Amino acid sequence: MSTLEIKDLHVSITTEQGVKNILKGVSLTIKTGETHAIMGPNGSGKSTLASTIAGHPRYTVDSGSITLDGEDVLAMTVDQRARAGLFLAMQYPVEIPGVTMTNFLRTAKTAIDGEAPKLRTWTKDVKEAMAQLRIEPEFAQRNVNEGFSGGEKKRHEILQLELLKPKFAILDETDSGLDVDALKVVSEGVNRAIAEGGLGTMLITHYTRILRYIKPDFVHVFVDGNIAEQGGPELADRLEDEGYDRYLADAQATA
Amino acid sequence: MTELTEEKTIDAADGKVWSQGFIKGMTEEGEQLSDLNPESGPLGGSAVKAHSHGDSHGGGVGVPDSSRAGRLTSYKLADFPLITGREEDWRFTPLKRLRGLDRVGVKGQQLDGPAPAVEVTKPDAVTVETVGRGDARIGRAGIPEDRVAAAAWENFAEATVVTLPAEYQGTAEDVTTLTLTGAGTTPAASHILVHAKQFATGVVVLDHRGTAVLSENVEILVEDGANLTVVSIQDWDDDAVHASAQHIQVGRDAKVKHVVINLGGNLLRTTPSARYAGTGAEVEMYGLYFADAGQHLEQRLFVDHSTNNCKSRVTYKGALQGDGAHAVWIGDVLIRKAAEGTDTYEMNRNLILTQGARADSVPNLEIETGMIEGAGHASATGRFDDEQLFYLQARGIPEDVARRLVVRGFLNEVIQHIKVPALEERMREAVERELAAGTL
Ligand SMILES: Nc1ncnc2c1ncn2[C@@H]1O[C@H](COP(=O)(O)OP(=O)(O)O)[C@@H](O)[C@H]1O
Ligand SMILES: [Mg+2]
Repeated sequence: MSTLEIKDLHVSITTEQGVKNILKGVSLTIKTGETHAIMGPNGSGKSTLASTIAGHPRYTVDSGSITLDGEDVLAMTVDQRARAGLFLAMQYPVEIPGVTMTNFLRTAKTAIDGEAPKLRTWTKDVKEAMAQLRIEPEFAQRNVNEGFSGGEKKRHEILQLELLKPKFAILDETDSGLDVDALKVVSEGVNRAIAEGGLGTMLITHYTRILRYIKPDFVHVFVDGNIAEQGGPELADRLEDEGYDRYLADAQATA
Repeated sequence: MTELTEEKTIDAADGKVWSQGFIKGMTEEGEQLSDLNPESGPLGGSAVKAHSHGDSHGGGVGVPDSSRAGRLTSYKLADFPLITGREEDWRFTPLKRLRGLDRVGVKGQQLDGPAPAVEVTKPDAVTVETVGRGDARIGRAGIPEDRVAAAAWENFAEATVVTLPAEYQGTAEDVTTLTLTGAGTTPAASHILVHAKQFATGVVVLDHRGTAVLSENVEILVEDGANLTVVSIQDWDDDAVHASAQHIQVGRDAKVKHVVINLGGNLLRTTPSARYAGTGAEVEMYGLYFADAGQHLEQRLFVDHSTNNCKSRVTYKGALQGDGAHAVWIGDVLIRKAAEGTDTYEMNRNLILTQGARADSVPNLEIETGMIEGAGHASATGRFDDEQLFYLQARGIPEDVARRLVVRGFLNEVIQHIKVPALEERMREAVERELAAGTL
């Protein structure tokens, strides 16, 4: 079993207007086998948390720690973090000209495993995973995310999750912008990865909709750069009924 | 007449970020005129006074001066006015770095240095000769279109003539290679004729190396029914200056594949032009360039559709890295009134890898008849940016591998079309070398 531990994390970014504090003391522990939903309104800092774990250079960690089985994640480069077992499904996957999906997936798999995958089984695995996510075979020869629709991009993020088999998956609004059919396909993919065992999941979402398909063990309400409340799946139901207004009012009152 | 011109300049140095992707997955910056030699609009300079010199290739009389059809062509240096740098076809070239190639005949500037040494490997059936200026075969495929090429034409001492005999069947394995090794930095002129006779098939490689200040004319004469591939590699030492006018003439039902590979040298200016001598001919032009810090790589193409039912395809791709790396691509395509049934498409893509590099890309399509199969162009310049790097690294791929992955993938689209295995391998290695030499 592995543990991803975030302790009292403070993160800021520097913009033209100056330094802006975004995360204000986030603490969260995720173990493999667990699924944590992080729910919160737009602008509360969910993507910042996800990007900081992955090591995006834009974000400055002012204090606090992130460790993976005791290892200092913040000391690792972006690619080292991925090789250590962290995976970020991005809210806005970028397009990469000149690199086909096939080439990209093989290169990533080789980097993560430290050796090239056996060609025969690998090709079969990729084909199967694509079929399960209802991705047309022709996508294998297309450039990474180039000209993909929003839904196609999200499916490809989950394709990578299934093929790269990380220890921890951070899914940043993988559900947003999907129609119901696509949402089901994507959720099934995540559930397959969870069912294989040994995966800890941080499911970041704005809506409760995806929680009908992916069952969280824990729910954290994220407001203004911090966790405002935590609970079990029942907390998600309450959010569905009440929305975030209550928390926002609180945040304003204390501001 | 319809004219479609698009001008794109990317100046990575100014750090501007433009949100719109011109092609998907590539961010795009700046759209501005960026004449290196300012004070001129795109139609300024000598084009205004352009005239034709009673030659079958010239055309031009009565055609608007701004048209490519109106550009002056002549074998005589004296017919061309001095280059000021404000002309349409010189506005991007840093004249100061031409080391006199632009000023032959002015203040005693000579063009009499030794031409590159020619070393030949070839199949038995192909002949390679060294001939004098007076050889009757010279001048059949081309005529200079700028002062630098005219200076070379007036000054070359001997020409190298490569002949693929009629019905000769060469393959991608038995390639004819001229290794042209520069003889030093005295400004020199050279002349090469590659001649594929009727129904000949084969591959000819011009491999430029060493150091030189060279103005060169290459004539590529493709007779009826022939199928010729010419690959011109410019892999000079860092200080070389090379202007190469490559004149292609393609006969009835003939095919030519012309590949330009610009890698090494301080300033390379390659100007291939293709003309059709009969119907049913096909021209494919590929280009690959990799501009490093301080390099100016300029490629200006012209496809002159003057006969009916001919086809042309242009695909040029370049990568740029380092301070002052500058690539220029100009693609002029002219579809004349008589050229009904023309099918043409040209494309240029640039990938900017670091700050401080700049690419100019200008496709220009002139159409004088509506009775065509198709005509189109695409031009885009993208930057490999931090978000792309982050994405690849977030999948475990180390930074250097990520950059290589992108560049290799980008340039491979051209490399895989060369279809000469030994050359494809060499090009892949050259790309690796460029990447290793850069900051990547
Ligand atoms: N790259 C950035 N540039 C400017 N502001 C940013 C950037 N990233 C995040 N922010 C700001 O930080 C706050 C949190 O953003 P984000 O983490 O994207 O929230 P969420 O994912 O919860 O919507 C917002 O106010 C947002 O505007
Ligand atoms: Mg977000």
